[in-house]
Amino acid sequence: MTEPLLHLAGIGLSFAGNTVLQDVSFAVQEGRVASLIGPNGAGKTSLFNCITGFYRPRAGRISFAGQDLRRLKPHRITAAGIARTFQNLRLFREMTVLENVMSGMHCRTRAGAIGAILRLASQRREEEEIRAVAHECLAFVGVADERDRIATTLPYGHQRRVEIARALATRPRLLLLDEPAAGLNGGEKRELIGLIRSIRDQRAITILLIEHDTGLVMRVSERVSVLDHGQMIAEGTPREIQTDPRVIEAYLGSDEDADALL
Amino acid sequence: MSLTSILLHQALNGLVLGSFYALVALGYTMIFGVIKLLNFAHGDLYMAGGFVALLVLSAISGIVGAGWPGIFLAMLLAMIAVGCLGVVIERIAYHPMLGAPRLSILITALAVSLVLENTVLALTNGQYAAFQTSLGFGGVAIGGLFITYSEMVLVGMAALLMVTLELFVTRTQYGRAMRAVAVDTDMCALLGINVPTVIGVTFFIGSALAAAAGTMAGAYYGSLWYFMGFLIGLKAFTAAVIGGIGSIPGAMLGGLVLGMLESFGTQIPGIGSQWKDVFSFVVLILVLVFKPTGLLGRSEQERM
Repeated sequence: MTEPLLHLAGIGLSFAGNTVLQDVSFAVQEGRVASLIGPNGAGKTSLFNCITGFYRPRAGRISFAGQDLRRLKPHRITAAGIARTFQNLRLFREMTVLENVMSGMHCRTRAGAIGAILRLASQRREEEEIRAVAHECLAFVGVADERDRIATTLPYGHQRRVEIARALATRPRLLLLDEPAAGLNGGEKRELIGLIRSIRDQRAITILLIEHDTGLVMRVSERVSVLDHGQMIAEGTPREIQTDPRVIEAYLGSDEDADALL
Repeated sequence: MSLTSILLHQALNGLVLGSFYALVALGYTMIFGVIKLLNFAHGDLYMAGGFVALLVLSAISGIVGAGWPGIFLAMLLAMIAVGCLGVVIERIAYHPMLGAPRLSILITALAVSLVLENTVLALTNGQYAAFQTSLGFGGVAIGGLFITYSEMVLVGMAALLMVTLELFVTRTQYGRAMRAVAVDTDMCALLGINVPTVIGVTFFIGSALAAAAGTMAGAYYGSLWYFMGFLIGLKAFTAAVIGGIGSIPGAMLGGLVLGMLESFGTQIPGIGSQWKDVFSFVVLILVLVFKPTGLLGRSEQERM
């Protein structure tokens, strides 16, 4: 087996004495669509926060493409090639759709603040490149027509796509999607599955998603990991996960989700 | 003097005054945007800018004279020096406080203001310093209005600085990052934006604009004083609130509106120029009561 793109080993995280993550080990192979599922409060988003540098785990190692991420600030982790979207919409208000996506390219640009103030020729050229790439990302997710609208005036499903476009603009190797299907209707969910696949297939980006819609998870992912009470309880193909007694137990423990899984 | 010429004259006064207010208000509003701090020391950077420009001008006036080239050079150096001072202040005084409750950083800003004022007080013994220039009083008469060349250049320079800022903010990657940081700091970090650098750049630009205004005001009024930043700091705050705090076009508009209001307000029979400041702050209170988001500001509604 080749070295995984993302590798977490023995991650421990606690807040004020409460253990949030306990000895979590986890790997994502390059080129996969992997999912992280688990009942509410299992620690999935906390794990994302550890990967992206917002939380500092008290124990364990996180490596990405051979690089240790644990001491890096969030913006360096993005520069290293990890992008992320959130559960709730977090587009920049008062900016257009295109400007939102252009903001995503900050760590891929060279012109510094001084060049920007003086509006040097190289800065202008770069600005054109940024605009072109941002436009391409918007076209990829299918909302290029709306590029000049104020981002927060778009329909919900389209705002989600703009967020994905903005994450793509950071030129990631790994894309973390935190509940990308939340609030989407059936048709939009089907489109999302298509979009996730094309991000992986056409842009060669590895994907790790957190999702509550287990039906979507089982259809789109090649590997599924299950987190419960801060511990990794199962890891395998969707079929293996669906029949794993520990997973069923975890979901039965939180009643309503059990039906969704089966 | 006819009524029209009085009105035109007051409009010109309002424009000059409004340009100073707008330049200082811009820094106020930009800094509020990125770290949500009302930087009460901002007016003192205007004062510091005036003094740095005066030092530079007295050093170079023997070579380039004390006309526009000299003033321009002095202004440029004052902008760079005070811009750096702003960055240092942010690093030393504000940056460690960013995680602390809002009130702590506000009190820190008041302390920074006192430090700056008292440093200059000690250096100047509290005396007024003459800002000597060789600008003269030449000008042109347009209709019933006499405009001096100085006024034209001052307003022109202020406009140029504001247009440059607007281009920077809307057309460059750093400008976009600045607006993005104002909305959502964590998201910016996730997009690979180095937030502390963007905050530093914002302080540099905001402080440099205040220094530009301080230089122009020194050249225009002919004198400097350690306490001159206090009142304009409050006025710039008022201007920023009128325009909508956090909004860059709002600060420009708010500055001009405040300049005009003061200039014309003092012409209302029964209200002399001694009531000028009262007039401004009444406007501030009225705006805060009736339209707290200002002319161009947007309400901060968190959508869950």
